[in-house]
Amino acid sequence: MCGIIGLLIKKPELRESLGELMVPMLVAMSDRGPDSAGLAVFTATLPENYRKFSLYAGGQQFDWEGLSQAFQTAFNSSPTLQTNGNQAVLISEQPPDQIKQWLKANYPQLHLLSTGRTIDLYKDTGRPSLVADRYHFKSLKGSHAIAHTRMATESAVTPAHAHPFTAGEDFCLVHNGSLSNPNMIRRRLEPQGIHFETDNDTEAACRFLEWRMRAGDDLETAIHRGFEELDGFYTFLIGTADKLALVRDAFSCKPAVVAETEDYVAIASEFRALAHLPNVKSAHLYEPDPEELYLWNV
Amino acid sequence: MERMTAASVKANETDQQAKLITFDLAQTPLREVNHYLHHGLSGEQQTIRILNPDGIHNIAVGLDAPVEVEIMGHAGYYAAGMNKQATVTVYGNVGTGVAENMMSGRVHVKGFASVSAGASAHGGLLIIDGNASLRCGISLKGGDIVVGGSVGSFAAFMAQAGRLVVCGDAGDALGDSLYEAVIYVRGAIKSLGADAQVEPMSEADYQAVAELLENAGFAYSPQEFKRVASARQLYHWNADAHQEY
Repeated sequence: MCGIIGLLIKKPELRESLGELMVPMLVAMSDRGPDSAGLAVFTATLPENYRKFSLYAGGQQFDWEGLSQAFQTAFNSSPTLQTNGNQAVLISEQPPDQIKQWLKANYPQLHLLSTGRTIDLYKDTGRPSLVADRYHFKSLKGSHAIAHTRMATESAVTPAHAHPFTAGEDFCLVHNGSLSNPNMIRRRLEPQGIHFETDNDTEAACRFLEWRMRAGDDLETAIHRGFEELDGFYTFLIGTADKLALVRDAFSCKPAVVAETEDYVAIASEFRALAHLPNVKSAHLYEPDPEELYLWNV
Repeated sequence: MERMTAASVKANETDQQAKLITFDLAQTPLREVNHYLHHGLSGEQQTIRILNPDGIHNIAVGLDAPVEVEIMGHAGYYAAGMNKQATVTVYGNVGTGVAENMMSGRVHVKGFASVSAGASAHGGLLIIDGNASLRCGISLKGGDIVVGGSVGSFAAFMAQAGRLVVCGDAGDALGDSLYEAVIYVRGAIKSLGADAQVEPMSEADYQAVAELLENAGFAYSPQEFKRVASARQLYHWNADAHQEY
């Protein structure tokens, strides 16, 4: 199974309530994915040179203050650090590649969940309601978000295997379904220098699409190429800095329903995750067709 | 039983005719509502109205009484599944498998239906005013389905008996591996499945379509429909076909 949820706010005032609207959607999909949950939120965009890095320290207590000081020493520049228990968002204008290398060399226990100018990412094992409380999802603000509740079927239950998956910058994907050729995709991408962090099938789809976009495809073209290359069952929800995209495979075994109003576009595996949304009774409700690309701009 | 009746009386408002009983799923657990529908009905003609279904699964499943059930909103998976005798109307959309394995009675969806609507239904009539998604009427075993809108791919896949009437268009692989069920389509057929073929309409076909449309409340002319049925080439193993059909 697995549950997917997405919300794109059209009415700017509602961006303050993004987290409050999302949490009941996520919790409603707990039955579909009780073992892990994750959420990617797209916030106000940082200036050109800045990047933010969502970091996860696993089950242990982590000395974020110590990291901040070491960063200051290494880069002669003080980072902005927003901490949330074992998760933190580090913001800096220092070169992103150098930061990543420094993190990897000095803090191998830290997991880099996302990089970009707009994306913050949280994911962990545990019941979705607990994960939402742990990282204060209710207080999140932003223009759009995607989230996932996981029932693992093909790889281990760990925070790294939880969705959303990310690749590159400001790009993430959640998946309900299972791919049958992730290893083939992987064997194609690895020789190009693309590094995989897990053995999860969804990671292959995420890295494939991001690889195509780096090669020059726009999101639409990359997804159409995905229809040809990715084999298996899927409903994918994809988030970028300014877009939300939804696709289902030709057989559409994995569900999705969309509710659109003047204020928002909401997507979920099932209607019960949308039932609490304001004015959903008058929303335009529909099921996405197989192999059709549904794309919304912020 | 005792507990149910007491709880129901307390939880529900009864109208002046004493025949309409209302349950609010925002207040009453679905298990209690279904239990009432299975064991609490008085035997008189009754209408049960269910408020705030909010996409919950398994609403009004396994009914076996000539009761009227009104679901006032969107239902989740398997709404009115395994129905026998009852008339269930959904004033909204339904998720996967509405009226799956229906034996008799009538299920009417006022909105659209997700995948596998009427799967494996042995009898009864399923009406969907809007579109039905993929695999509508999969493995149909004698039930009738009338879809006011269009159906997705693989409609009536391996359907054995019964009739599927599609007032709109049909998607890919219509009637793939059909047995003796018959499909009537008013609009365009994107593609036929293995062993399905378009056949001439007979007088009996026009009559059947006319009756089904009338029962379902659609005003189209039977003359607008074409018949799709099995070419019966898959009934026997053909060693020379090299699995190409």
